[in-house]
Amino acid sequence: MDRVTDLASKKAAVIFTKSSCCMCHSIKALFYELGASPAIHEVDQDPDMEWALRRLGCNPAIPAVFIGGKYVGSARDVISLHVDGSLKQKLIEARAIWF
Amino acid sequence: MGSKSFKVAGKVYTSVADSMPSFIANSNGAEGNTGQSSRVSNVGPHEQSIGFRGGAYNSTSLINQTMHPDLQFSSYEKMLQGQNISQPNQVSNSDTSTEDPDDKIQSFDVDPSNPFMASGSNDKQKDKFPEQKTQRRLAQNREAARKSRLRKKAYVQQLENSRLKLTQLEQEVQRARKQGVVISNTGDQSQPNSGNGSLAFVAEYSRWLEEQSKHTSELRAAVTSHKSDSELRSLVENATTHFNDIFRLKKIAAKADVFHIIYGMWTSPAERCFLWIGGFRSSELLKLLVSHLEPLTEQQLASIDHLQQTSLQAEEALSQGMDALQQSLADTLARDAPVVPPGSSGMANYMGQMAMAMGKLGSLENFLRQADHLREKTLQQLHTILTTRQSARALLAINDYFSRLRALSTLWLARPQE
Repeated sequence: MDRVTDLASKKAAVIFTKSSCCMCHSIKALFYELGASPAIHEVDQDPDMEWALRRLGCNPAIPAVFIGGKYVGSARDVISLHVDGSLKQKLIEARAIWF
Repeated sequence: MGSKSFKVAGKVYTSVADSMPSFIANSNGAEGNTGQSSRVSNVGPHEQSIGFRGGAYNSTSLINQTMHPDLQFSSYEKMLQGQNISQPNQVSNSDTSTEDPDDKIQSFDVDPSNPFMASGSNDKQKDKFPEQKTQRRLAQNREAARKSRLRKKAYVQQLENSRLKLTQLEQEVQRARKQGVVISNTGDQSQPNSGNGSLAFVAEYSRWLEEQSKHTSELRAAVTSHKSDSELRSLVENATTHFNDIFRLKKIAAKADVFHIIYGMWTSPAERCFLWIGGFRSSELLKLLVSHLEPLTEQQLASIDHLQQTSLQAEEALSQGMDALQQSLADTLARDAPVVPPGSSGMANYMGQMAMAMGKLGSLENFLRQADHLREKTLQQLHTILTTRQSARALLAINDYFSRLRALSTLWLARPQE
């Protein structure tokens, strides 16, 4: 669990993904479209990490999006936040993007 | 597989096996006519009597029995004795000829209450085995065989009738379609499983459409009669709630048959032209709405424009994910399978490949969910930008647009064809 929070705070935008997960691909694409360069951590080979994400309340565990060190949600949450403008706002506040 | 047991038992069982090939075939379903039938049926109570068919020696006394070389014909008779109850269910599975006199043994299998366990006492009985009992039993068996033949005949007749009826119905549907009745093509023969889920959804969807038109009329009446904002507001809320119902219905239906939903089999043909992950594109819808919502303030125009862009971005992202899914699925299936020696790791690879592909197909449901979520959220956001009256007009405009697409579809299907 510490490893997760540790990694999550290392960069303004952090996404935990799996190489087999195509929804992760979509979320990554969205961040890139917004001009962010999130740190991507693949947890395919790391069941402990996935378990830790679950313990933190990430449901579903993958993709898990952190902005400014805080858990923002999974795909569904990211879409909600994007549509009402909060996602961009959070990214700007965390200095992941500038405009 | 069946012959193995016979070797253990000694020659008597071998001969028994040879003399009743059709019995084994009968019990096994259409597995072939020899004692070699290797597919051990997976039905529980049968297992105990499968000693003759290979492998499943659940009955220890059977094992004891097979070890006794002096157990000859008597044990065979014991078998008949133990299975004297005729089993009506058993024989209807049989595809093999029931004219075979060996049918008398068809009742062999299904008596869990009297398995071979009982045959432990066989040794004592073999000396006192009266002739008449055998004769009576044989007669009963013949009778049972005759009855089963009649039942089979009746069943086949029933199947034939059903087949005729089906052809008739199909013709009717064809005729109706030609006349412009929009009948959803849910009868996809290659996927019999999807039928039920899709049919249920089609029914729910038509109900939803009916209710939708009711809400629309109410709303239209309220707008044209210039009702107050507060009255309008509750109508708008109801209409919005109802509109969002379809997303809930689609989510449920997608669990049963994601392909039916995501590829728009439930939509009218013209709607399907514009299909994007199981529905409409919110960005497109917003473009259409702007002209219907005039006059809009500068602020509103800017917000709607921004919302359209946002929606487009999300649509793009989801589309990219779908493309990745497609690519990944293709890669998984196109991977070179090694030459497969039967039963080796080649088969394991193939199954692994299939399992991976199955997982990928499973994620389609998630894409549909997120696409619908995007639609719902976008419309929700739109309502926060608009006044109540504008929201009402937006709902009417959306409904009109889709109605026209459906009407176009009906016309299209009814067009005269040379």
